Amino acid sequence: MKTVILGNMATALAAKLSRAEVIPAYPITPSTLFPEKISEYVADGEMDTQFILVESEHSAMSACIGASATGARTCTATASQGLALMHEMLYIASGMRLPIVVAVANRALSAPINIWCDHQDSISERDTGWMQFYAEKNQEALDLMIIAFKVAEDKRVLLPGMVGLDAFVLTHTMEAVDIPDQDKVDEFLPPYKAPYGVLDPEKPMTFGSFGTPEYYMEFKYAQTKALEDSEKVIDEAFAQFKETFGREYMKIKPYRTEDADIILLTLGSMSGTARAAVDVMREQGMKVGCAKMTVFRPFPTKELMDICKKTKVLAVVDRDISPGFGGAVFGEAAAIYVNEPKKPIIMNFIVGLGGRDITIPDFEAMTERAESALSAGKPERMVEWINLKEDNL
Amino acid sequence: MAEQCDVTKEMFASGHRGCAGCGEGIAVRQVLNEAGPNTIVAEVTGCLEVMTTGYPESAWEIPWIHAAFENASSVASGIEAALIAKGKRKGVNVLAFGGDGGTFDIGFQALSGMLERGHNIKYVCFDNEAYMNTGIQRCSSTPYGASTTTSPSGTCSIGESRPKKPIAAICVAHDIPYTATASIAHPKDLRKKVRTALDVEGPCFLHVFVPCPTGWGYASERTVEIAKLAVQTGVFVLWELEGNDFANIKVTKKPKERKPVIEYLKTQRRFKHLLDKPEEIEKIQSEVDEKCERYGF
Repeated sequence: MKTVILGNMATALAAKLSRAEVIPAYPITPSTLFPEKISEYVADGEMDTQFILVESEHSAMSACIGASATGARTCTATASQGLALMHEMLYIASGMRLPIVVAVANRALSAPINIWCDHQDSISERDTGWMQFYAEKNQEALDLMIIAFKVAEDKRVLLPGMVGLDAFVLTHTMEAVDIPDQDKVDEFLPPYKAPYGVLDPEKPMTFGSFGTPEYYMEFKYAQTKALEDSEKVIDEAFAQFKETFGREYMKIKPYRTEDADIILLTLGSMSGTARAAVDVMREQGMKVGCAKMTVFRPFPTKELMDICKKTKVLAVVDRDISPGFGGAVFGEAAAIYVNEPKKPIIMNFIVGLGGRDITIPDFEAMTERAESALSAGKPERMVEWINLKEDNL
Repeated sequence: MAEQCDVTKEMFASGHRGCAGCGEGIAVRQVLNEAGPNTIVAEVTGCLEVMTTGYPESAWEIPWIHAAFENASSVASGIEAALIAKGKRKGVNVLAFGGDGGTFDIGFQALSGMLERGHNIKYVCFDNEAYMNTGIQRCSSTPYGASTTTSPSGTCSIGESRPKKPIAAICVAHDIPYTATASIAHPKDLRKKVRTALDVEGPCFLHVFVPCPTGWGYASERTVEIAKLAVQTGVFVLWELEGNDFANIKVTKKPKERKPVIEYLKTQRRFKHLLDKPEEIEKIQSEVDEKCERYGF
């Protein structure tokens, strides 16, 4: 049965259904409802978890690390400045191979301070060694949290994962969500058993030791390999999830791309708008499709190339900016083609920073630019900002 | 005469890479041997982590974790929560270790949070009065007059210009059940305080004075002697307190006659520039006198 809930409620429910044993949390807009809901579950005896109201996001991630190293399933939620404050500890969580899961309410970074949506916060954590999933809707936020635990805890992976859900567009929007049965979640996600030992006086182990140049690179190689290997594990988890719950996930989900000359590549909630825009433009006879990237780390190289096999223009729509270059997703999408003899024209659109709406006309404008690039054989500009208000500059 | 301690099994293995005469190593051994094998330690970044865990070696006979510089208190909070969640909390000591930098300065917020939340965690600060691991930089633990690499004495500088931050008193203000100061010069007193802390329910703070031959500038065999002089001069007062009423403070080592601070200062290179400045020695002496009066000796 479907229930109408907010995105933050979906991630809190996912934590509850996943039977997270330790949840350290610190409130930050727009993810605050997560700790509020968890505290309610605890107050009402609905959830058996150790809830720690820490004094900062840095301590939230630090407590997750302590708990996970002691063998507990652990998660938290944060956003924007909170994730940035965790930055140091994100590397340590992945370096210590701890399967922590974080729901990130994707919000712009200061300055100027802004509480609305873009993907700058989690995209900026790209190199921390975490898996990254992006939800388009509340159902996906719930499902991807459960899937993230499944993959993170797999012996072949043992890495943390973050699930992005767009600030306000999802976190504070009611949507109908199919809430899985606890029995089925338990079957899909059995209790976590750390395969290589935990902090336990019965079998003392040293965690977080000093890695000299003789050893450091191998640690990093093994960690990188595990993130690459997670590709397969994610596919397996998606398949098992479909079998158990009937909902299908793909690292990149194509829409009307088979014969498309132009493909718009999106992340998060703008993907639904992109599909609506594609339908409108298809009505007008334009050969355009779109693809939603659900998994950004590990980067789905093969899947993206497969979708774009016959495409003439790949338009990467970034809700983030790496100043001095362009969008981060664009940089990666372009990089995977560097040694390919045959490649589409690849162009970049920067959209929706700090919560600016992304509309059907915006996607039409991007497609128009892509068509011009196609006729000219190359784009006029590699990176273009969409819906920029010249008067405000 | 050195005090004798019963040691049946060592929790802190020899052969680590601490400097000869390292006071911190002496203190850690005493703390861990008192705590025993059913102990988990979360530690901050610093000398101790570097000297004991060069991969693939480890000096720790108990489970041990290091994450970052400022967060042993938060990591320990997560450990405690996980033990409760797993039904394994009973009989296990959860300790957090920090140097003075990781406690007084960068780890202060996490420490305050852990104390305020009331975790049953015993925090032990090993204080050698500067950032030794990075090369003897000034910390809020550095005493007035000490020359460090970032508070050097010079024609316009007396060395460190600010008094030592009263960290243990600040912890007391968190209304925790037990706070104590201790020294490697008095291992029985130190271990008794560790035991008291372990037997009390709730967060406790132990401030342990650990001289550093490298950072303070003295011959390595004088570590215990200098620690003892700090107590005999009243530079470092050994006390314990249950609760937050300073009226109940108990000074655990009172020298029959307090030695003048010069006896302590003259043993270390970091105070050498003060020795020809009687007015500075006088100033330090009067501050120590005033402190000792407050502590009742």
